[in-house]
Amino acid sequence: MINTMECAVDAQSLISISLRKIHNSRTQRGGIKLHKNLLVSYVLRNARQVYMNEKYAEIYRMQQYEEVMTVCNEIQELNPLDLAEDCEEQSGDCCGNVGVSEPASLCCALLPVSHLAAVQSAHIQAPSACSAPLSLQSDEVCKETEPSFYRSCCAEAYPVSNCDFSPVNNNLHCNKTTVLDLDTHVVTTVENGYLHQDCCASLQQCCQSAQSPAKKRKVDFEYYISDIEEVSDFTPCKRAKFEDCSYANSEHLDTSNISNLISIFGSGFSGLVSRQSDFEQALNGQFCSKQALASLGAWTRAIVAF
Amino acid sequence: MCGVRAGGGSNDVQWCFSQVKGAIDDDVAEADIISTVEFNHSGELLATGDKGGRVVIFQQEIENKSQPQCRSEYNVYSTFQSHEPEFDYLKSLEIEEKINKIRWLPQKNAAQFLLSTNDKTIKLWKISERDKRPEGYNLKEEDGRYIDPNTVTALRVPVFRPMDLMVEASPRRVFANAHTYHINSISINSDHETYLSADDLRINLWHQEITDRSFNIVDIKPANMEELTEVITAAEFHPHQCNTFVYSSSKGTIRLCDMRESALCDKYSKLFEEPEDPSNRSFFSEIISSISDVKFSHNGRYMMTRDYLSVKIWDLNMENRPVETYQVHEYLRSKLCSLYENDCIFDKFECCWNGNDSVVMTGSYNNFFRMFDRGQRRDMTLEASRESSKPRQVLKPRKVCAGGKRKKDEISVDSLDFNKKILHTAWHPQDNIIAVATTNNLYIFQDKVN
Repeated sequence: MINTMECAVDAQSLISISLRKIHNSRTQRGGIKLHKNLLVSYVLRNARQVYMNEKYAEIYRMQQYEEVMTVCNEIQELNPLDLAEDCEEQSGDCCGNVGVSEPASLCCALLPVSHLAAVQSAHIQAPSACSAPLSLQSDEVCKETEPSFYRSCCAEAYPVSNCDFSPVNNNLHCNKTTVLDLDTHVVTTVENGYLHQDCCASLQQCCQSAQSPAKKRKVDFEYYISDIEEVSDFTPCKRAKFEDCSYANSEHLDTSNISNLISIFGSGFSGLVSRQSDFEQALNGQFCSKQALASLGAWTRAIVAF
Repeated sequence: MCGVRAGGGSNDVQWCFSQVKGAIDDDVAEADIISTVEFNHSGELLATGDKGGRVVIFQQEIENKSQPQCRSEYNVYSTFQSHEPEFDYLKSLEIEEKINKIRWLPQKNAAQFLLSTNDKTIKLWKISERDKRPEGYNLKEEDGRYIDPNTVTALRVPVFRPMDLMVEASPRRVFANAHTYHINSISINSDHETYLSADDLRINLWHQEITDRSFNIVDIKPANMEELTEVITAAEFHPHQCNTFVYSSSKGTIRLCDMRESALCDKYSKLFEEPEDPSNRSFFSEIISSISDVKFSHNGRYMMTRDYLSVKIWDLNMENRPVETYQVHEYLRSKLCSLYENDCIFDKFECCWNGNDSVVMTGSYNNFFRMFDRGQRRDMTLEASRESSKPRQVLKPRKVCAGGKRKKDEISVDSLDFNKKILHTAWHPQDNIIAVATTNNLYIFQDKVN
């Protein structure tokens, strides 16, 4: 990982400084210096990586906050009496606070990457070979994540032009990234350069379709995030009911769909391999922090493989 | 020769100021910025090239040949305009006249020959002396006016008479149109017939006599320029093996190629690379690992590379890591951000060996230059400044305070002048005489004569 501590200038400033240098080099005497521009493009790539990582983390934190707030608001709308009963019933089954919060922090760190994975896989792999409800879920989730991902990366990181820094192109150095396809659960290796081209090419589509799924997405995430993070006593089963009510489309979500969602985004990332066991764990409300920690490494290796 | 022999390590040598060449005023004309410095094979001649396309050659004159201990001075021998600014109309590009490199040819006769190159064109110059001139023409006056033949009554034979020494430089060959990208290196082969020229992506082999064609021996241009990941930064022939050359890359690797293997040396014989220390990773890791200069040792067993922060000595028989690494200015590692903003991080420092390969030298900022004694494992920092330029004044070693309490005589990192940089240095092939180029001045230092 890049050590950013030494640098007072943040990634965004470095990006703009680098772009300025590239721009100025076009008018320098003696013609464009290939060597210098190549080196500047390396700095640009490094800064972009750091910037995007920071952006993901920020987006995730914002989402968490928004969703927590949404949950709170919606709780207030519900009959407080019903909830209180549920709490009392389920308190015994729930994991201790400590156990729950640990995976949450890990998830926070991981989620930006899993976002990337979700988006990349949605992009690279055609959604297929999965159960209908699951694919629907995944697709929705994946598509819904796209607008925020692309907007943040394309709109802000590249103020000059849409991914075209000619003669310096982002495709100059294609990093190989290992991604997990959340639809097929297949691990593949893609090239970042290729991804980026697609990213900007479909920016229009993403932005256009951004509106309606947003609410749904919030609800989806809030579902599992609060599940992981909150100190509350809600169990996944109860969550399912709650989710049912708040969906505008009122699609029927059975427990298997929800458990798949958990296994994908929940702390037990070994759901990649054995979704079933995770499903059971999740349903029992026993998020095991140790398991999360154990699978963390595998997930990180699988996804963050520059 | 004088009694200044390349002795042991730098602790034996006390460096003294000898001369400084160039304008004194602080207002530096861009054309006067020195861009290359090179001694010839005997050390008698010292050539400099500047941004204005001029070459100035200094000749060593022994003050007093009879005395064993004597000082030698370098005085201007010849000055000529090597390259002019050009304009490529097809690409709408201006071609700078700045001299990137000068290399001397081994002397074969009375005349001296050197190769000088700018970004696109290499020229072979002949520097010859004329100290006699014919006098007594029948049809010409002394001042050159023609005499009316009708007034000539007697004939005489013109004779050569001594005249003031005149040094003439004439271009003998022009090697043009062979490089699409900017030439960064030229290197003369030990076969005394061929030489190579390297640009960002290609290396060409020339015959010294033939200007209308060259052989391409290395080509790293990818089929799709978007896949470009590295460029060639320097290249040099082996001092003794005429089939071997090396080239360094912007990724910090050096490739050794053998021309006997194939016509196109894209596949290297040896790859020299040191793995990166992951704890040092930063935004600028790629920039500071780019090699700015590569030089073989005189004995041909080692080569030295210079990257932004260090000098590395490689044994040609060991590819996986250098045998020695010297930190030139490690205190700059925490300043890389600022150095990136002001473009200093792109400065290309050169390095050089002394005559017996025991000491290496390279430049730094604030007009400091550094010497590393390989045998004694000592290093020294000296400064080229007008303040320390009294005749025969011994140079005092300098020290940079990286942090914490600054001792007396130390200079803190924040007070270093990054506009005063020493990029080009040269060491006399036999003696302890060094030429150090600041922005527009050339300093000559010598071993103290006891």
